[in-house]
Order: sequence, then structure tokens, then C-alpha cells
Amino acid sequence: MSWNSLGDNIHDDEILLPVRGGYILVTMLGALLLNLIPLPGWVSSAMPDFVAVILLYWSVFQAHRVGLWPAWVMGLLMDVADASLFGQHAAAYCALAFAGIFLHRRIQMFPMSYQIAHVLGILLGQQALQLVVRLAASAEPPDMLYFVSSLTGAALWPAVVVILMLPMRRSRHPNEV
Amino acid sequence: MQASAAPIFKRGPSLLTRLAFFSLLSLSFIVADVRFRYLEEIRAGVSVALYPLQEVAAMPGALFSRMGDFFVTQASLSRENEQLKRERLLSGAASQRVRALESENEQLRRIVNAEPVPGRTPTVAEILYESRDPFTRKVVIDRGAMHDMKTGLSVVDHRGVIGQITRVFPLVSEVSLLTDKSQSIPVQNVRSGVRSITFGLGHDGAVELRFVSVNSDMQVGDLLVTSGIDGTFPPGLPVAKVTRIDPNAASFARIHCAPIAGVSSFNRVVVLSPGPERPENPLATAGKTAAPTASPTPRKP
Repeated sequence: MSWNSLGDNIHDDEILLPVRGGYILVTMLGALLLNLIPLPGWVSSAMPDFVAVILLYWSVFQAHRVGLWPAWVMGLLMDVADASLFGQHAAAYCALAFAGIFLHRRIQMFPMSYQIAHVLGILLGQQALQLVVRLAASAEPPDMLYFVSSLTGAALWPAVVVILMLPMRRSRHPNEV
Repeated sequence: MQASAAPIFKRGPSLLTRLAFFSLLSLSFIVADVRFRYLEEIRAGVSVALYPLQEVAAMPGALFSRMGDFFVTQASLSRENEQLKRERLLSGAASQRVRALESENEQLRRIVNAEPVPGRTPTVAEILYESRDPFTRKVVIDRGAMHDMKTGLSVVDHRGVIGQITRVFPLVSEVSLLTDKSQSIPVQNVRSGVRSITFGLGHDGAVELRFVSVNSDMQVGDLLVTSGIDGTFPPGLPVAKVTRIDPNAASFARIHCAPIAGVSSFNRVVVLSPGPERPENPLATAGKTAAPTASPTPRKP
């Protein structure tokens, strides 16, 4: 156990195992896979942007490990998959990761309801950024259903926090104090 | 609560600097994409890397539909079979008539020494998914540069025109639907012969005709087919039906149309090979050598 990390976790009784880089990579690929599942029109616009949510999760809970470049790379992948402008998702995800890293201490301290409010704000900002980019490139504004994916994404946050932390929990050994 | 160590001394540039760097990089990518259409090679590379993931992501849907096929009742199968047989008889009769007309047409053309019209070879493609991008109307099909796909090829289904290939990757291609805002197709009214151009509106189920003078012969219910003057779409393919005519105060009427083909409800499409070479557009060659544009931008219908 690394004791030098205790400064970070005074507000939580549980010390989590260190995260492996491979695990972060696998969760991001999984999110990308979920985003790529073909769905009929209105369902796909109501689906959360899994990649954005996972990126936000890692930039909040592993702010020192995950910088901006994973967000940028995932953004480029999403741009090609979505046939959108090359760099549109990349810019938006970078801003999202920045907000996550910038606010990570505050978001970690908050109870879940406040966390969700923060996540909703960041996700909406990310979508608004993409909207601005597209409108600047003379696209037609979409209908209001466009922002629904941020709502569902924020609603997904508690589940994401619980599920992604599972492999980092240490099993309680009976001999341990 | 995390066990990862925070570095005591900061290394590397600050977060804000990195944000500025990546933002600028993204912005330059966007500008390069919008203004100059550079970076298509990078896009193609990324697309190939994504292809296996897309295949995996499409699996549950395919499995589900196969399960659905498995539980189809005998009755509905035989009903469908019956209907298909009837349709085949009908279309068989029609195609015989077409063949007779074609040979007659060829003979007549030979008599007047006109060039024969080369046929277009169809390629059947499957739609992998609809693009999630809410700003465009695009689908991605499972045929790419490796299957001789090119930008500009027309895409149809059994009812009519769906759209046009606008970007080709090695394994897949993007098809802009005719409802996409960037798509315009030269059409002709079957009843009156009036020529016009359909413009996509950016949402499903509607296209419109612009710059049609108020006194031109257009009626609700008229069928619009491709006129073929763009050299991209073969003439005579059904495109849309007129649904509403708004006579404006200005000299142009606004004509709303509904696409004929099931623009967002199909999964197999046909890509038609390019038509015969056409002479260069004198207006385009006057300035610079004409690049093959994805969508024919009309000057004035």
C-alpha cells in the first residue's frame, strides 16, 4: 500500500487500489463500443454519450493520470464514427476533460446529487461547444432533443461511479484490521 | 480516496497551456476539414482502425434481428412468399416490356447514328448505421474504395433515389441522404415536364423546390423524377412527390415535397456505377480545372 497517497483521501474511509493504465484504456474502448451501436433515430439521440461520461469520470477521479490527450484522441475517433467535422468532438472532449480535472477536488467532495449537477453542467457545455462549432460551419440547428443525451448521461453518473470503482475495491480480508 | 500519487513537483506544461494547445490543434483540424477538405487520409486511416469496433457494435442488433427471423410464423412467411411471387410475375412482365423497348430503342438509335446509352452496373450495399451526428443526414454503407466506390455515385433503393456517396473510406463509405442540407438533385415533373432542383432541409421526410416561378405548372401530388442533366443521377428515377405549394408574395413559390424512397427506413441499398463521361462544364473550366463536386451546386435552375 502506498502511504504517500493518503493526503488525497482524508474524506473517505476506503482506500482504493491504484488504477492500471490498461483498465482505463479498456473502459474507454468499451464506451466507444457502446457509442457505435447502431440504433434507430430518436433512440440514438436520447442515448448518453458514453465516451464523454467515461472521459469525465477518469478526469475527475484520476486527474493526475489522465491528461487531455486521451480526450483528444477519443474525440477524433468519434468524429470519424459520427461523420461529423474532424476535430469537433476532439475540441469538445478536451474542454470536458479540462473542466473535469479543474474541478476534480470539488466534485469528489460533493454528495452524489451535487456531483450529478456538476456532470450535467459539464456535459451540456460540451454539447453546446459542438453546437457552436457546427453553427459556425453553417449547419442547420438541431431540435431540442439534441440536449437530451446530456440529461441521460448525467443520470448515468451514479451507476458509472459505482461500476468503474468495483475493480479498484480491495476485498476485505478477515485478518485485516 | 484514490491511491495514485499526486506528483509533488509539477511536471510539464500547465493544464491551461495544454488546453490551449489541444484547442488550437482541434480548431485547425476543423478549419482544414471545412475549408480545404484536407486530412481525408487521416480520416480514412482512423476509419479502418474503427472498422472492427463497428462490426462488433453492430453484432447485437444483427443477432436480435436474426432471432426475430427465427420466430417468424409459418403463416406470415407463406403470405410474404405469396406476395413476392405475385410481385415477381408483375415485374417480370414489366421487365420483358423494358427489354423489348430497349432493343427497339437501340435499333432506332442506330438508325439515327446516336451513341448507345451505356447501362449502369448496380452494386448492392448494406447500411451499417445511421450517423449519430444530429446536424447531417448521412448513413454509412459497407462498401468502400476497395469495392470501387467513388464520391458522387448515386444510391437508390427499390422505390427511388436515396442520396449520393459523399465520402469514401477503404472499407466503408458515407452516403448523404437527399434530405441532407447539402444535397440538391435536379428533377423533372413527370406530368408537366417542368424542371427544378430539390434541396434537402436537414430533417427527415421533407425536401423542397426553390426558385420555381409561381405560374409554373406544379400541382400537389405530382411525381418528380431525376432529370439527369447533372450527369450524376441517371434520368427517370423517382425522387419525391409534391405535398404542398406555398405561393409567396415574391415571384417564387415554395414547394414542399416528400421523398419517395424510405429515406430512413431501409437496410439494403443499390449503388449505381457512374454514367457516361460528359464534356467538361465550360463555366467551371473557365476558372480552374473542375474538381468532381460531391453535390451538383446549381447556379440557377
